[in-house]
Amino acid sequence: MRDVAVIGIGCTTFGEKWGTSFRELFLEAGALALEDASLSGEKIDALYVGNMSAGRFVEQEHIGALIADYSGMASRHIPSTRVESACCSGSLAFRQAMIAVASGLEDVVVAAGVEKMTDVETSTSVDALAAAADREWEGFVGATFPGLYAMIATDYMNRYPLTREQLAQVAVKNHYNGARNPIAQFQKEITVETVLRSALVADPLRLFDCSPITDGAAAVILAPLERAREFTDAPIRILATSQASDTIALHDRRDISTMDATVAAGRRAFEMARLTPSQIDLVEVHDCFTIAEICAIEDLGFCQKGEAGRLTEEGETALNGRIPVNTSGGLKACGHPVGATGIKQVCEVVQQLRGDAGRRQIDGAEIGMTQNVGGTGASVAVHILGRA
Amino acid sequence: MSVPRFWRKIPQRYNLIGTQCTSCSRTFYPPRSFCPDCRRSGETVPYQFQGKGEVVTYTVIRSASDAFAQQTPFVLAIIRLDEGPRVTAQIVVENVNEARIGMRVRSVFRRIGAEGDSGAIYYGTKFVPDVPYIDA
Amino acid sequence: MTGIITYGAYIPRYRIKLEEIARVWGDNAQDITGGLGVREKSLPDLDEDTATIAVEAARFALARRTIDPEQIGAVYVGSESHPYAVKPTACTVGEAIGATPVMTAADYEFACKAGTAGIQACMGLVGAGMVPYGLAIGSDVAQGAPSDALEYTAAAGGAAFLIGQDDPIATIHRTASFTTDTPDFWRREGQNYPRHGGRFTGDPGYFKHVEGAANLMFEQTGKTAKDYDYAVFHQPNAKFPQRVAKTLGFTPEQIKPGLVVPTLGNTYSGASMIGLAATLDVAKPGDRVFVTSFGSGAGADSFDIEVTDAIESEAFRRSAAPTVRQLLANPIYVDYALYARHKGKIVMQ
Repeated sequence: MRDVAVIGIGCTTFGEKWGTSFRELFLEAGALALEDASLSGEKIDALYVGNMSAGRFVEQEHIGALIADYSGMASRHIPSTRVESACCSGSLAFRQAMIAVASGLEDVVVAAGVEKMTDVETSTSVDALAAAADREWEGFVGATFPGLYAMIATDYMNRYPLTREQLAQVAVKNHYNGARNPIAQFQKEITVETVLRSALVADPLRLFDCSPITDGAAAVILAPLERAREFTDAPIRILATSQASDTIALHDRRDISTMDATVAAGRRAFEMARLTPSQIDLVEVHDCFTIAEICAIEDLGFCQKGEAGRLTEEGETALNGRIPVNTSGGLKACGHPVGATGIKQVCEVVQQLRGDAGRRQIDGAEIGMTQNVGGTGASVAVHILGRA
Repeated sequence: MSVPRFWRKIPQRYNLIGTQCTSCSRTFYPPRSFCPDCRRSGETVPYQFQGKGEVVTYTVIRSASDAFAQQTPFVLAIIRLDEGPRVTAQIVVENVNEARIGMRVRSVFRRIGAEGDSGAIYYGTKFVPDVPYIDA
Repeated sequence: MTGIITYGAYIPRYRIKLEEIARVWGDNAQDITGGLGVREKSLPDLDEDTATIAVEAARFALARRTIDPEQIGAVYVGSESHPYAVKPTACTVGEAIGATPVMTAADYEFACKAGTAGIQACMGLVGAGMVPYGLAIGSDVAQGAPSDALEYTAAAGGAAFLIGQDDPIATIHRTASFTTDTPDFWRREGQNYPRHGGRFTGDPGYFKHVEGAANLMFEQTGKTAKDYDYAVFHQPNAKFPQRVAKTLGFTPEQIKPGLVVPTLGNTYSGASMIGLAATLDVAKPGDRVFVTSFGSGAGADSFDIEVTDAIESEAFRRSAAPTVRQLLANPIYVDYALYARHKGKIVMQ
């Protein structure tokens, strides 16, 4: 296998982008990434795009071809593939692209993610997202995504020391970071009271425990490490890629409060990179709900089970903490265009490792990690990136 | 839900009929046709669950998709059936704040949803607190 | 002998007091409750309907006695509020008790006596040896238009009776019916609520037919009211069954166990069957029970029933399912706004 590097990144602003269509979203991110890598589209050998549910959100399938076409690559007939793994789609597009380059089959490959969620009513998007769980045996009886994560929270809070305030601190921290990220959907800091006074969505989770419905796209360009300097002065090396699966339904998990797929993917990634959690300078985790960040921090091995609430309260996961988590603002504040999230996480880590993260920069960051979850933990992808 | 997808599992949805592996005796609900432990050396056959169990975790759904919007708030729970498997289901309670971890529940037959006012009605299993009936 | 093998009833837990309905329409609550002899009525939960009530009643019946559901060769559900105009409730019930697919099934409609018509059909099939057991259910989430007199009593509930010949807990010696074309109460196709003839529902409707069927039974059997321990009549309110009982020579004590309408309301197809279930809840071997249902349109079915030793045998576990009294206990009271929501009376998007 060849070493692979990220040579360019591009990300649209995240939010309710009423004037921008699905294909325009992708094009915007792709153009930014090409510009970042000082590349023109003619150099692209292949394209992988993560997208969860364009069929439900914009009534469009066959995303691979659409994206290649509107990127002006139709006449070159390059391979273009859609990757779907619910909210983990972006990371898996990244992983597929990485594998393609590492194998030697392709050289310069785009890995992108896009989701246009606001063209349908909120209840329709809630329903579309619920398809990431077990439709027959969870969705059929009325389970929503917030509802499933709320059941994780109920179980967790019954078994481990986690206060409602500590859970709120996750959102407070991520809004603080989001306020320092120009692409974030929410640019406003909040307090614990903001969270605790917001409406209950699924007990104990409130509106401010939940990531929003977001339009957005992100793209990165990969190349063999040996060629990376042709395109950029600051290539970022992919130190590890890993992916794990688990039961589709939450009720079939070994332990409701532990994402075994995160544990497995994390362990494999650390092994591949020959690193330990203490060597990670920052991590972007999948905080679709505040409880998910709590679980992710523990399941990746940054602390023991049951300690993430205290860790958060004590500021250890803040920008200036021991292990900064979700410097981008996370899904909570930066927004969660589901198929794009995994790629956005990579963009954030690359920006941090390049020292380009502005007011949210982690000084001297050399190694960063991403953790991206599909469903309630049925798919998890973990990546570790480092300065080349 | 579509009519064929609902219809295909009517006995399972109405009557808590799952499966059992003839090799290791492990039971499955929702039904599985392939035992993850015995794999191809096992065979699964229908298995009738008795409909009693205990709440493992729960939430109160306050914001639902269109199909369930008129039922909110309602309690959604993961229930461990006495035979072992866990299942996601609604718990029908007088007050949504009644739900507790460890609460004993029994199955009941209820309307789960419908395709609007003119479409098919989907029935299935919900649970209620398993408390004895008293005289007055 | 053909008879009742087992039985079960089901009543949703929700109740509304008649005074609450009277408050909404500006009626005098005492006049209403006094005139009807009804204090409160049941209503379904948001996810309950005639089918779910029928299934719960049938499952309670089967909880009381070990019966192979595949031996149930007929399922009839009588109701005025079948969830579908076309697609039988009986199929849903048959599936939910494991009686499908070798069975015949149909939904019956004869206003409030469709359930007892089901019992008669099952008696015929069982008596002819065509099926080992037949299941007859009366179940309703009764309809009454807002502010109409019916709204004060239209209630939700049902009862299921398994009819067979093998060791019945109660023998049905005879049934007699009295039927004419009498438009005392109806619901036209496509209409949400029934219409009725006001006081015309009384003498030409209820009393003529109930007395007609009862007297027919007396003539055929040579018995009188004194030969019975208990009597159950259709109970759209408390006044009608009390008056007809008196006319036919029954005492208040005889109808007492089966007169459930004061705290239940009128469960239409379920009414006389829940009354019979409540009576069987307390009956002893040898007790003789006289039942006459009534359905508008109009007709009445009388039954001459004798409780057997089997009701106290090990084969029958009366306590394995709740009694009607237990189903009526521990209610959840709602105001008119919640009642309107539960009954789907609020126009939604």
